Amino acid sequence: MNIPALQPRTPTAAMLAVLGGVAMLSGLLVVLAAQLTAPLIAENQRHAIERALVRVIPGAVTFRRYRIVEGGLAPARKEGDDTLYAGYDAQGRLLGIAARAAAQGYADMIYLLYGYDPRCQCIRGIQVLKMAETPGLGDRIMKDHAFLKNFESLDARLDPSGESLLNPIVTVKHGAKRNPWEIDAISGATISSRAVGKALNRSARKLLPAIHPLLQRIRRLREAQR
Amino acid sequence: MSRQRDDRLTWETFSEGLWRENPVFVMLLGMCPVLAVTNSAINALAMGLATTFVLVASGLLVSLLARYIPRQVRIATYIVIIATFVTLIDYAIQAISLDLYNALGAFIQLIVVNCIILGRAEAYASRNRPLKAVVNAAGMGAGFTFALLCLGGVRELLGAGSLFGVNLFGPAFQPWVVMVLPPGGFLVLGAWLLLFDWLKQRSAEVAPSPRGETANGR
Repeated sequence: MNIPALQPRTPTAAMLAVLGGVAMLSGLLVVLAAQLTAPLIAENQRHAIERALVRVIPGAVTFRRYRIVEGGLAPARKEGDDTLYAGYDAQGRLLGIAARAAAQGYADMIYLLYGYDPRCQCIRGIQVLKMAETPGLGDRIMKDHAFLKNFESLDARLDPSGESLLNPIVTVKHGAKRNPWEIDAISGATISSRAVGKALNRSARKLLPAIHPLLQRIRRLREAQR
Repeated sequence: MSRQRDDRLTWETFSEGLWRENPVFVMLLGMCPVLAVTNSAINALAMGLATTFVLVASGLLVSLLARYIPRQVRIATYIVIIATFVTLIDYAIQAISLDLYNALGAFIQLIVVNCIILGRAEAYASRNRPLKAVVNAAGMGAGFTFALLCLGGVRELLGAGSLFGVNLFGPAFQPWVVMVLPPGGFLVLGAWLLLFDWLKQRSAEVAPSPRGETANGR
């Protein structure tokens, strides 16, 4: 018995042509969109970083980007995770530097920007760049006033050898803060609070000994530009 | 095929997505973004508008190309078209606001697999002329946005005491945090579905039905 074909067979060429054509059109549109939005997206990212920088280096009006290279600091051309930001006041004096830090939080990685003040050898502020912590609990790390007060002057002195922190930055249970290098956790958001402490400690322990001897060279804006 | 093609454009073409065939409250489609990104009204609105854009744009293109797409590769073609517009809106949201982009997270990219869109492309856009497909897609998008706003508004109001980020109840309000957490999504969706079902039932009762004795004579 012959089963009649329900439909005429579609030639392979037609399928290839349609799929290829649609894919090409799609590629064209995507590239066009990427090209058109690239400057706007870069601008948005720059704004987000700048907003955060003003908060973590209070009083700074001018910012410069640097990158640690072998034995010194070089101006950074592109924005990257290892970029350091130096903030200067109106007279061109170095007020502080800012760097990124990250640690695993409760839901996902928490990305921070923190500001370090070389005069008091302390952390002057943090800003959460990206996180996915639980609303109402973990996300208080970016809003809770009592918690953010920890970072108005968080001790990050180097030990006499200059190779590591004198006291590791640690998060302690809510209400148990005794020393200036401890972070008082938010009750009910201990994991997120600990993650902030861990991120800061990890980044500061590595970064601060490396850059402390170099800060002299970028102490003034004019010297830094040379 | 003997199916009659009805080319008339009526109010119904638009409104069926809004009410009678509402993708969320009636068809229960696209539950993933419905539950995941409705923790605030602004997220819900952005997600709804992004989905509407993809619905309308892909509906138009599918309707225009339907005649040339061989049956065997139609789903693949629709997915490529949908993915293209999702990528466009993804870039657009990044360009508009990074905060919004971070809040919506992966759910923008996941519009690609939202079954409302592929369903509309297959069941409607590919069988109707472009204008009608666009109007219907806009209606479906509006219905989806409306549903997301229903959830997002209630959840933000109860869970954060604000609406569109504007604080309404003052500092004394103790937010009902569970409402902005995932369980709140299910609770609020359940409540809305209950309301819609009740409305449907009531309108069915109100509608004139043949009067007379029932089957068992009472």
